[in-house]
Amino acid sequence: MTISAVPSKPWAKSSSDRLRSLIFFIAAAGFSYALVAATELKGKLAYAFVFFIAYAVLVAGFAFISRGAPAAKDAFVNTLVALGAVITLLPIFSILLTVIRRGLPGIKLNLFKTDMALAAPTDPLTNGGLLHAITGTLTLVVLALVMSVPIGILTALYLTEIKGKFSGPIRFLVQAMSGVPSIVAGLFILSAVLYPITKGYSALMGSLALTILMIPTVARTAEEVLLLIPNDLREAGTALGGTQWRTVAMIVVPAARSGLMTAVILGIARIAGETAPILLLTGGGDKVNPNPFSGPVGSLPYYIWKSFNAGSPEALTRAWAGLLVLMVLVLLLFIIARSLSNRKMSK
Amino acid sequence: MSSSVVIPEPREISTEPRRSDKVFRGVVTAGGLSSLVILGLILLFLAYRGYEVLSQEGIGFITKADWSITTDDAANVIESHFGLSAMLVGTILCSIVAVVIAVPVSVFSALFLNFYAPAWLKRILVTIIDLMAAFPSILFGVWGFLVLMPSVEYWGKLINKYLGWIPLFEVKPYFFTRSPFVAGVVLAIMIIPIITSVSREIFAQAPLDRIQAAFALGATRWAMIKAVVIPHGRSGVVGGAMLGLGRAMGETVAVYTVLNIVFQVNWHVLLGAGGNVASLIILKFGEASPYEIKALMAAGLVLFLLTLGVNALANLIVKSTGKSGR
Repeated sequence: MTISAVPSKPWAKSSSDRLRSLIFFIAAAGFSYALVAATELKGKLAYAFVFFIAYAVLVAGFAFISRGAPAAKDAFVNTLVALGAVITLLPIFSILLTVIRRGLPGIKLNLFKTDMALAAPTDPLTNGGLLHAITGTLTLVVLALVMSVPIGILTALYLTEIKGKFSGPIRFLVQAMSGVPSIVAGLFILSAVLYPITKGYSALMGSLALTILMIPTVARTAEEVLLLIPNDLREAGTALGGTQWRTVAMIVVPAARSGLMTAVILGIARIAGETAPILLLTGGGDKVNPNPFSGPVGSLPYYIWKSFNAGSPEALTRAWAGLLVLMVLVLLLFIIARSLSNRKMSK
Repeated sequence: MSSSVVIPEPREISTEPRRSDKVFRGVVTAGGLSSLVILGLILLFLAYRGYEVLSQEGIGFITKADWSITTDDAANVIESHFGLSAMLVGTILCSIVAVVIAVPVSVFSALFLNFYAPAWLKRILVTIIDLMAAFPSILFGVWGFLVLMPSVEYWGKLINKYLGWIPLFEVKPYFFTRSPFVAGVVLAIMIIPIITSVSREIFAQAPLDRIQAAFALGATRWAMIKAVVIPHGRSGVVGGAMLGLGRAMGETVAVYTVLNIVFQVNWHVLLGAGGNVASLIILKFGEASPYEIKALMAAGLVLFLLTLGVNALANLIVKSTGKSGR
């Protein structure tokens, strides 16, 4: 007769534990149903909220009877912490679902082929489109990119390669700059460039404000990436007789390439949907404007804003469709940034 | 025979960088100083443009609540009153509501991510929360107005019914639409990802040996968190909350879509009348005369200084906890 040793797992849940959690689950669900029916609470959120509280109390009560007060507190907090995570995630799923559900009916082919020059936001959806907004947003982003990426990466290089006596203050200022409200950046360009110099709306004005918002994102991410580059590489460059300039340009920056791309893409995601400075500075034209240096230019946020304020059902569908396009854009940028930085980590 | 050993000239050794390095260092330093230059210019230009209004209104610009301008037919200013107090009170009220709601939620979800969630779930959730922080504010604004606002108004009515005896929750006249409470909830949803990720990073730095020591002494998970993680991360969470506060104060579009702007100081959170400096600028900008624009610039200056102060303090707090690492 052979006896096979079966390992015991005292920490694993037994079937009676599972049954007990199921009973608690049902009891809490029943209680939340009763409470919502009996009082003035209403809606799915109320069910969910009461359910979590009831479940926490039930589990904690059982733990108190079987194992005492500390176990009860622990069990209560377990549920509370899960509730916190659920509350954090609820809005994002609600946003994603709403935008997809209400935006999809507005996505038509003509959206990507025509602009709004001959159409009003309240027209039927077959009239007009997003072309001016998409080209406008692209113009704004490219111009902002050209200005902010060099400055952002130079700032990061100063903090990691030169480590001069201003490193501390500059790191602090970059942090402070990332907190500048977007509307203040818009007002600044308005007061410093638009009124005294150009006196007219243009894509350039908008992208100047976006540059201010993008620099801190690029600089901070790039700094983190450059700090990850091993010092051995810098020492090897110097040992081969390279000057600091050649070491940085030929070794450090190429080694950090994909991370720097991540920094740039996160910067773009930060500014692509920025609305407040766009409202102040670009004028929001309804026609495709090929000249980025003069004349009003439309953009996705401006289009959404205008359609949203027009208020009719068609206009709202337009706004949701615009939001969907914008959201997909941000999502794509974010996924690209993530996959680039993950590849960096795994190497 | 004269030995003609040529003694080579000793090579000069110096740490003097070559010209290419000097240029490189110069360019990089110039780039590095750009943030200082930009922040300085913002301060300078807003102060310069707003100076006229600020000197005319004096301290009343912050303490009074009127915002009116009268012009004659030739667009000359006859009379003007610019006071920001209603907007400032509204800004602070909305952001405090946001922080009060967001901090407990963020702390709980940060704890969940660090100490409760399995590794695979944690990775997914962190990505989603980071993504949420990158969402444009107009998305939150439109969603908040069309989807969230009806529910929040209802919550407001419930709070008023049962807690209406507290002066803060008083609502007279009975009007709940587009209140600071609604704006605060939308802002809370926007800053939860920020506070969550700051708290998560601070909690992750809690010393592992102490965590293991607490478990070895037989602590439950909550007892461990209370004894080790919370004392270690407390001031970091405060810093994160202030970062969120700074973000909430400067938010424009999302607040503008859900808030009813009224030029009257209102401390009642649930009443449908609020104010917000950033939204004021958007609201008045379209139809503003040149003189009123100057007043808006001054308002922008006040907002800039306010957010700069809050952010600076927040960064100092977060940094000092990172270093001390108790």
